[in-house]
This record gives sequence, C-alpha cells and structure tokens, in this order.
Amino acid sequence: MPTQADDTRAARAGFVSCWSCKGPVAAQALFCHTCGAIQPPTQLDHFRRLGLEPAFDVDLDVAEKRYLGFQRAIHPDRFASKPAKERAFAEAQAVALNQAYETLKDPLRRAAYLLKLNGIEASVSRDETVRDPELLMEAMEAREALMEATSLEKVEKLQAKAGADAIAILADLSKAFASDDLKAANRLATRLKYLRKYLDETRARRIALEQAEGTA
Amino acid sequence: MTALLQIHEPGETPEPHAEERGIAIGIDLGTTNSVVAVVDGEQPEVLRDAHGDGLIPSVVALMQDGVIVGREAQDLRAKHPDRVVSSIKRLMGRGVHDVKALAGVLPYKIAASGDSVGMVRLEVAGRSVTPIEISAEILKAVKARAEQSLGQDVIKAVVTVPAYFDDAARSATKDAAKLAGLDVLRLVNEPTAAALAYGLDSGAEGVYAIYDLGGGTFDISLLRLQKGVFQVLATGGDSALGGDDFDHVLAERAIATSGLENLNEAGAAALLLAARAAKEQLTQQDRVKLTAEIGGKKIDVTISRREFEALIDSLVQRTVRACRQVLDDARITPKEIQGVVLVGGSTRVPLVRRRVEEFFGRAPLADIDPDEVVAVGAALQAKALTRGSDTLLLDVIPLSLGIETMGGIVEKVIDRNTPIPVAKAQDFTTYQDGQTGMLIHVVQGERETVDACRSLGRFELLGIPPMVAGAARIQVTFAVDADGLLTVSAMEKTTGIRAEIAVKPSYGLTDAEMADMLRDSLVHAREDMEQRLLIEARVEAERVLLALDAALAADGALLSEEERAAIDSAIAKLRQAIRGEERDLINAAVDGLDHATHAFAQRRMDRAVAQALKGHSLDEIEASMATDPAPGGGRTGRPGAAD
Ligand SMILES: Nc1ncnc2c1ncn2[C@@H]1O[C@H](COP(=O)(O)OP(=O)(O)O)[C@@H](O)[C@H]1O
Ligand SMILES: [Mg+2]
Ligand SMILES: [Zn+2]
Repeated sequence: MPTQADDTRAARAGFVSCWSCKGPVAAQALFCHTCGAIQPPTQLDHFRRLGLEPAFDVDLDVAEKRYLGFQRAIHPDRFASKPAKERAFAEAQAVALNQAYETLKDPLRRAAYLLKLNGIEASVSRDETVRDPELLMEAMEAREALMEATSLEKVEKLQAKAGADAIAILADLSKAFASDDLKAANRLATRLKYLRKYLDETRARRIALEQAEGTA
Repeated sequence: MTALLQIHEPGETPEPHAEERGIAIGIDLGTTNSVVAVVDGEQPEVLRDAHGDGLIPSVVALMQDGVIVGREAQDLRAKHPDRVVSSIKRLMGRGVHDVKALAGVLPYKIAASGDSVGMVRLEVAGRSVTPIEISAEILKAVKARAEQSLGQDVIKAVVTVPAYFDDAARSATKDAAKLAGLDVLRLVNEPTAAALAYGLDSGAEGVYAIYDLGGGTFDISLLRLQKGVFQVLATGGDSALGGDDFDHVLAERAIATSGLENLNEAGAAALLLAARAAKEQLTQQDRVKLTAEIGGKKIDVTISRREFEALIDSLVQRTVRACRQVLDDARITPKEIQGVVLVGGSTRVPLVRRRVEEFFGRAPLADIDPDEVVAVGAALQAKALTRGSDTLLLDVIPLSLGIETMGGIVEKVIDRNTPIPVAKAQDFTTYQDGQTGMLIHVVQGERETVDACRSLGRFELLGIPPMVAGAARIQVTFAVDADGLLTVSAMEKTTGIRAEIAVKPSYGLTDAEMADMLRDSLVHAREDMEQRLLIEARVEAERVLLALDAALAADGALLSEEERAAIDSAIAKLRQAIRGEERDLINAAVDGLDHATHAFAQRRMDRAVAQALKGHSLDEIEASMATDPAPGGGRTGRPGAAD
C-alpha cells in the first residue's frame, strides 16, 4: 500500500493509484490503462469532468457528445453483473457525470457554477430577495404589464419581448465572463433568473387565455 | 465521510456474480395479468403454459393446503371469495392512511389496525398479510413458469413498474422480488419497456405517447427519446378505469334485458366472467351471445359490436380526455407526437384503437401483442444487462423528492425529471442552543405542502454534539440509484462525531421484518449463504490475479528475478486456493499476494512520479505505459480524449 505521503506526491503529479492493480492512473481516467478496471470519480470540476475548459461559452454539442459517450462507458447498467465494488464506482461516476452535465447545459446554472469556482456565491443560487433596485423596478413593471394584458396578442408580444431580452442577457453574460467582470456577470445572472420566472408566468397566462378562447 | 444512516441498504441483495452465467428474465408484474419473457437466442420470447397462454392472472388464493396463483386461483374466487386476492398492485407501497380513501372500491378486506401509519395489511383467509407477500407469491409463480420452460434455475430478473410509482411502491416491488428469490437487476418503467420492445431506442427521436389500457387502470405516458436517452416527460391517466369497466357495462345490459334480480356475490362474479368472455369475442366478431347460468336461471343475451361500442364510448372518451390533459401539461400538441404505442389487453378493443387514432391523427403501433409488449421490453433490457448492449437507458426520477420545512412546506431537494443516478447534499443546522437531535421528514411529490405529498420516511438524527444554535453543520445526502430508489445518509461536518439515526420507514418493511420473511420462505438457507461467500471470494481472487497479470505484463521489467519468483509463488498459492473450497484459505492467499507485490506497486508509482517530475507530461507517461493492451480489452477513458 502506498503511504499517505506517496499519495500526495502522486496526486500532485496528476495521478492516483489504481485500486485494482495498484499502478499509476491519471486522476481523471474512467478506466485504468493497465488493468482496465473502472476507477472511482476523483475531485474534478464539472467542466474538466467533461473534458472542457472552465468558461461560460461551452459548445453544448461537444458537451453532450462527451456526456453520452462517457455514460455509455460507465453507466451502472454496464456493470449489472459485476461485483458490488465496481458497481458502486460506476454509480458514483454516473452521478458525477449527471451532475456535471446538468449544471453545464443550463446557462443559468453554468453561470452560477462558474461564479462559485471563482469564489463568488452567486446571488442566483440563494433564494434571497433582490437588492438591486433597478432590477426590482423592472420586474415590477413587467408584471404589471402582464396583468394588464387581456388579449392573447398582447401576452404573446410580452412573451416575445422577454424571450428576446433573455437571449440578449446570454450574450452579455458571455462578454462579462470573457472580460472577467464577475460583478457584472453576477448581476446579469440574477436578471436572467427573474426573466425566466417571468417567462413562465407569461406562458401560463397565454395557455389560460388560449383555453378561454377555445371554449368560447 | 461516515455514512450514518441508510433508508435502503445498497448491496444487501444477493450479488450477481460474474461466474453465474445464468439467464435473466423480464417480468411485467401487472395489476390484472403478469407476463414473463426472455431473450434466449436473439429474439425475445414470451414464456407460455401448455395451452400457449402467456398471461398469468395476478390472482392469489391462500388455500388450506397451499398457495395457488393464476387461472386456478381465479376459478376459486366464486367458491372462496375470502381466500382469493386480486389487483394487489394497487396497494404496493401504500400506507393505511392512503387506503382509507379507497375504501369500498377495493376487492379485499383491509386488516383493522390501531396504527394510522405504516404499511397496509390485508385480511385473507383469517390471516393478516402484506401486499409484498402477495406479490411475492405471484412472482414465485412467474419464476416457476420460467424455470419450467427454460429447464434451468432462474435468479436474475428485470421487473417493470408504472412510471408514476413512487419510492415506496418501487421498493415494495423490489422487496417482493427478493422474497420470491429473485435478484432484480433493474426496475424499468412500463412505458419505457414498451418503447424498447418496439426498438425505439435505436434511431427513433422525438416524443412518443404510450397508451396503456389494462384491466383496471389507464396510464398515458409521454416519452422523449433522444440519442438513446429515455425521458418520461409526463404521465397521467385514471387509476380506476379499464377493461373491467367494459365488463361491468355489458353485465348491466344483460341484467336489464334478462330481468335478473338480487344477484349474490357468486352470481355477480359468474356474470362478470361471462361478460368478459363476450367482450373479448366482440373484438373479433360483430355479434356475440352472452350466456351464463346464475342461480338456476339461464341468461342468453345477444349483443352486437355496435351496441357494445355505444355502451363503452363514454368510458373510452374519458381516456382521450386524460391524453389531452397530459399533452397540455407537457405543453405538447398531438401533432408533435412522433408515434403512439398501444399497451394493455383492452387496447385490442377496436373502438379504443379508432379513438386513439382519431385523437393523435396517426395509426398507433400495435404489431406486438399489447398485453405482452411490456414483458418483451423487460426481457430485452434483461439481455442488455447481462450480455451487454449498445443502447443506454438514462432514466429520470419521476417525482420530486423533498423534505419538510417549517409550517409543513416542502423544500425540493431533487426535482422530477432529473437524470438518475443522482446525489444531492443539503446542509442543515440546529435552531436551539444545545440541540442534540433533529427530525428529518422525506416526502415525494410535486405539491408544495407536506400533506399533499407522499411521506417516504421520517428519521431522527441523534447525538449531535451540543453547540450554540446554528453552529452544527449536518450534511444530509439524498442519493437515488438507477432504479429510482432513494438512500439517505447523514454526517456532522464540524466535529465528525458520529450521530445515531433512527429510521422509521413509513410504508416499507423493516430489515427485521424482511429477515423474518426470508427465514420463513427459506430462500436463503445457511448453505446458500456460505456458497455465495465462497463464490464471491473466488471472483475477487480472480480479479486480483487478472489485474496483477496486466501489471506484470506492463511493468514486469521493474522486478529482479528473485522478486519475480516470490510473486510467482504467491500467485501459484492463490491459484491453488481458488481450486479448493475454503474461503478463508482464498482470502489468506489474496493477502499473501498483496504482501508479495507491495514493493512492486511502490516501484511502479515511484517511477511514474519520478518521470512526471522529470518534466514528462502525464500523457507521455501514459503513452509509454499503455503499449501493452490491458487484458479483457481494458479501455482508457480520458475526458477530453474521447469523443
Ligand atoms: N381480445 C380482447 N378484447 C378486449 N379486451 C381484452 C382482450 N384481451 C384481453 N382484454 C382485456 O384486457 C384486460 C387485461 O389487460 P392487461 O394488459 O393484461 O392488464 P394489466 O396491465 O392491468 O395487468 C382485461 O380487462 C381483459 O378483459
Ligand atoms: Mg399492464
Ligand atoms: Zn489498474
């Protein structure tokens, strides 16, 4: 058994000891290159787990391809008739992969996670009330407009506008992260969160109106 | 991390072993009928009785001289109504509390209980039994049928469950299988199994509707399929609508036309049986005679298909309304549906097919027998799990999991439709100075209040070190495995002091109850256990030998001749031990080999570290070490290197 000190030394060099053949194996490897055994997941950020650089701009097609490719290799179903230890490793790997992909594929969660990696507990990940007066104002006005909109046409207009706003925020978020302006990114992420809630409300409102017209 | 508590102990089920090359079956454990199928060669095949019948009625008779399941049990109903149980699936994972709401609708007596919590029990033939035990009897009959037609022991199975089954119902199903001596490789959702049977996992993309009209229940599920990922988008239906209702309207018509009065229990049962036969004939014929002899009176009523359709049309329309509702919920229009799959014996009724086709605007897929399609899909998945496959079922959790917070409000911990397996940790703290205990209530459902959700279990964290309010950091981890089953574990982070946890599963069996039942049914006799441990030790020893072979092939040059000889002799000792029957000897030889290879492992690590520190990149080191392909086709999966 390698000692604790050896382990740290090895970890610094980027690998760990394979539980099965005891040889060196890359820290992010799913399988040991010597004996083929599935490895337990190591501490990796969600980006690196999917072989991506930590950044807001992510090629989602690539991320999905990797996610599905890795799942194909390590999903617990592939280990159904293997000993309990290997099944447990497979399950842990699948959990880590699911968590990574679920976080990265959604821009809002991705932004919050990226902020967290940079030491900022994003205000979107807490359910506290907003302190940004500008945002508060904006949200209130939008909600008022929605309440006053009584025709399907008006609601659809508001929905289209909110949709366009959300897309614009995504572009701004990307710019803020690219220029390392984390404060701006944090603010934009909060706005996006509120906009999404609002979009849900407009959708519900539209469906209600549609149904009312359908039965009339 | 110390796991302090587990609601479900993973790994306590019998382990499947690499050595046991036994066949795995697929089981549709239905409310009305159960079906078993297997893929022995390439094609799935439903296992039938001597008459070619693939359905085993999910009916259990507890007779004086033993348990009878299936058709025979059904036939005993008229004579022994107090001994025969049917539709038990409706009670799986249900509590006393849930069942009160169903009182009067259920075809069985609920055992009186002073307890208002806990699993419901039935009173059958003067005995108090759990739904799990009744289901286990059905599964034993299914297992027996499989063993008889395959001519070999069967232990491994994939069992299907409705998509909306919550954690309690899923774990009750798994417990029933365990009692029947079956090792469940995987629980699969029924609509997912039906989609698998139609091969939708390969190539099909888009949203599919699975329309399942059985004997007593109607389920409609929307599945999104993309790149081999199956996601249940929405489920709905009516848990009190099915083919039985068609039987009822026919029976009522017969009563009306023949002037029958005051039917007793046995008479009603006989009439319903006749109505069911007539209904099933009407699927093929335009006109049938409903005949029966009840209390000395002969009944002979002729019914045309057209009359029958007029009688059931409003019932069929109810299923269509449920379809519309589910589509609305999922924000999908009928036009966006890529295909419709018919499941359940009642979808044979021509009117049902017509109405489904009208609503979705396309002919449904129905070339596989609708009452066998779920078992066929389960068999395909059983094969995939034991013999490998290219497709991947990435299921999602059907209902959100949450915990109770102040004022009976639910805080969601894992949202519905999250891909599984999944684990989420949540931190809790104390709200009083010196507080040493904490109650955590786990619920499942979409509603915001605890009362409107299912309670899965309450557990108590005890032994929290006394601190000021808010200082303790108790991390509770909710993990849902690939079967959708929940495990909860907890630890106190600031002190690492082990807390004790009392688990009170709301509707499951406690470990002690399970142990008792297993003892009763003698599934796991002592010798079995010993044998299993021996096989396990052998499998582990083989694994050690294979891994060492690979290591020696790659890095054998690091050893001197004497060192190599010492290792070879330890290997020989282990090989010999494996051939023997002594588990302790095998384990000792594994330890011996571990000791003999200690320096070798150390040297391999040292070399890698030295090389890395010399400035070689890890990739180079790996490349230099990966020249010998690993035995068994070991893969190097490196994020970033594979796509
Ligand atoms: N040929 C048929 N025509 C009409 N109904 C049928 C036919 N065959 C079976 N059924 C009905 O199908 C129902 C059983 O369906 P099944 O899928 O086995 O049920 P479950 O899923 O509830 O176990 C019964 O009501 C039965 O009468
Ligand atoms: Mg069914
Ligand atoms: Zn290895």
